[in-house]
Amino acid sequence: MKRLLLAGVLAFVPSLFAAAGGAEDTVKIGVILPYSGQFADTATQMDDGIKLYLKQHGDKLGGKNVELIRKDTGGIAPPVAKRLAQELVTRDNVDILAGFALTPNALAAADVSAEAKKFMVDMNAATAIVTTKSPYMVRVSFTVPQLNQTLGTWAEKHGLKKAYTMVTDYGPGIDAEAAFQKGFKEAGGDIVGSLRMAVQNPDFTAYVQRAKDLNPQGIFVMIPGGAQPGAFGKALAERGIDPRTIEVMGQMEIADEHALASMGDIALGIITAGHYDYNHHSKLNEEFVKAYNEDFKRNPDFFSVGGYDGMHLIDAALQKSGGKKDGESLVDAAKGLSWESPRGQISIDPQTRDVVQTVYIRKVEKVGGHLVNVEIAAVADVKDPYKAAMKQ
Amino acid sequence: MALTEGTANPRLYLQAQTRWRPIEIAFWLATLLPYALFPDYLSLASQIAIAGLFALSLDLILGYAGIVSLGHAAFFGIGAYTAGLVSKYGWGEPLTGLAIAAVAAGLIGYATSFVICRFRHLALIMLTLGFGLLLEELANSAGWLTGGVDGLQGIHTWKLFGYLPFDLYGRTAYAYALAVLFVLFVFARRLIHSPFGLSLRGIRENFVRMPAIGAPSRAHIRTIYTIAAAMAGIAGALLAQTTETVSLESLGFERSAEVVVMLVLGGAGRLYGGLVGVIVYMVARDQFSGIEPQYWYFWIGVLLVGVVTFLPNGILGGAAKLMSRRSRS
Repeated sequence: MKRLLLAGVLAFVPSLFAAAGGAEDTVKIGVILPYSGQFADTATQMDDGIKLYLKQHGDKLGGKNVELIRKDTGGIAPPVAKRLAQELVTRDNVDILAGFALTPNALAAADVSAEAKKFMVDMNAATAIVTTKSPYMVRVSFTVPQLNQTLGTWAEKHGLKKAYTMVTDYGPGIDAEAAFQKGFKEAGGDIVGSLRMAVQNPDFTAYVQRAKDLNPQGIFVMIPGGAQPGAFGKALAERGIDPRTIEVMGQMEIADEHALASMGDIALGIITAGHYDYNHHSKLNEEFVKAYNEDFKRNPDFFSVGGYDGMHLIDAALQKSGGKKDGESLVDAAKGLSWESPRGQISIDPQTRDVVQTVYIRKVEKVGGHLVNVEIAAVADVKDPYKAAMKQ
Repeated sequence: MALTEGTANPRLYLQAQTRWRPIEIAFWLATLLPYALFPDYLSLASQIAIAGLFALSLDLILGYAGIVSLGHAAFFGIGAYTAGLVSKYGWGEPLTGLAIAAVAAGLIGYATSFVICRFRHLALIMLTLGFGLLLEELANSAGWLTGGVDGLQGIHTWKLFGYLPFDLYGRTAYAYALAVLFVLFVFARRLIHSPFGLSLRGIRENFVRMPAIGAPSRAHIRTIYTIAAAMAGIAGALLAQTTETVSLESLGFERSAEVVVMLVLGGAGRLYGGLVGVIVYMVARDQFSGIEPQYWYFWIGVLLVGVVTFLPNGILGGAAKLMSRRSRS
């Protein structure tokens, strides 16, 4: 028995040394995402983006080995997200917290990042205030006002004078409504009416009819991605609204790959604002889409790019900090970083730690028999307008 | 079990029931083990204690009074939002926060109990479900108060008794949640082993007959429903205070359904059923999802199907059966 015990201890010792020796050359990243439940597909796309970046860079970030510890929140669950972040910091001793598809979870975990002084990378959660919750947080995705206020300004500049807004009655919907209206009105446009719609299983027919009755030149829509864009498209067709005559505009989800597949040709002419689409033309993006398809048999979306660029940010920050992994060093290194992403040139605003990027205005067209988003305009170097306004 | 000598005299029977058994004392002593054995798991332990309290409150109405509820998270959420709002607007003292949350949840529980006591079985499922959904939508649309989908921001819980801060490791959080759970458990235990508790079980078995022997079914249901609502409110407040977050999921349908699952897993109608169910479910969930973040639900499903197939009365029901078989042989 004694000998067995000794053998056990001896077997354990080398692994202990290996762990101690590896600690300096290893960066531990806790990834918190909704891997199960209704947002599982979002998490999968983000995780695949993370995987692809690591694969292309020899599984190293900033010259260090990478240990990813994945944790599932199961959906919108701030107390769970906060506990997972706590456990990652106290039990697993991670250096960096990353992931975050959903705003409530990101806000909850931000408390832990602030208290434990850990670098935190927001790879998706898009409510403007998220980054203000921890001084060690950096965002690489987008903010809702960044896209929608830009869209509002652009729409007015391109001849739209009277617009109607219809949004889902929840946080992102309300933020998008405010942002679009601000951009549109400040440019001189007129909002002829606005409407908030039910979150659960809405029937869009009545809402669309109401918009049509006011005879606006354009309709701004913000609804959650998933099943709703398809239903919305059907209502447009039923009520006889053609996006080619009355402009239908919105954030990128209403015309993403799945939405276009379920809407069909009625989607032709829909205008969206987005920071990424797999049809974006650049050499880097073409390679990215090809590699992504090889590994995961589908096209990347803006979630994938969030995961991919999040890894890029960690890589670059580690290099710049000279391998220091504490929150202070990493966030200082991250400020002002700039690189070419598959979506185009992006940078991290040193003041707000938020992403600065090009906002693309896209129109749904048929190219080679497929519905795709074709870029018709690009507004370069857009900062989050919400936080810019907060400062004044 | 102890029916033999007690059945002749109800008072003796109840007295025999209230005596603390060695296994119970061992159970509560074991709840202190995480401090020594799993100091890295204290935040999980605190959330287990909170879920345990929530399951206990459901057991009072579902297990003992036969009120089937699929909307019990409504009270959990009311407690959580009340405690969160009290803290947000400048009063972060935890114990008074709990009391205020209990009163708020209890009051709403009392108000709705007048409807609840008029229905049984399937109608109750619909009613409680509807009430829960209504409340969730209300909290969503009152974004100026609740923060809507983003959750309530700006909660700060003060130090416990003025000098125990809520730390990152969850030491204070677990002690606090466990102490509250224990106090309320003792209260629930006393309640269940009182004549009132006995008549609740009578109502569960036959709602119409109980008034004939002098136990007003509806009044009793109103009382227990109010108590359970206040307890659920305290559980919600504990979660809000220890995590400093509240969001819509705190009163969502999933939380209501999950607590029913955990209670049934442990064994409904037994004081320890909810606690055992919560421990098994949440530890399994934590372990499975750590190993397999994407497909852990599969293993939870296997666990649930297994327990329900082989132990139809839950884990404790199965254990009790085993014990009685052993003592007979």
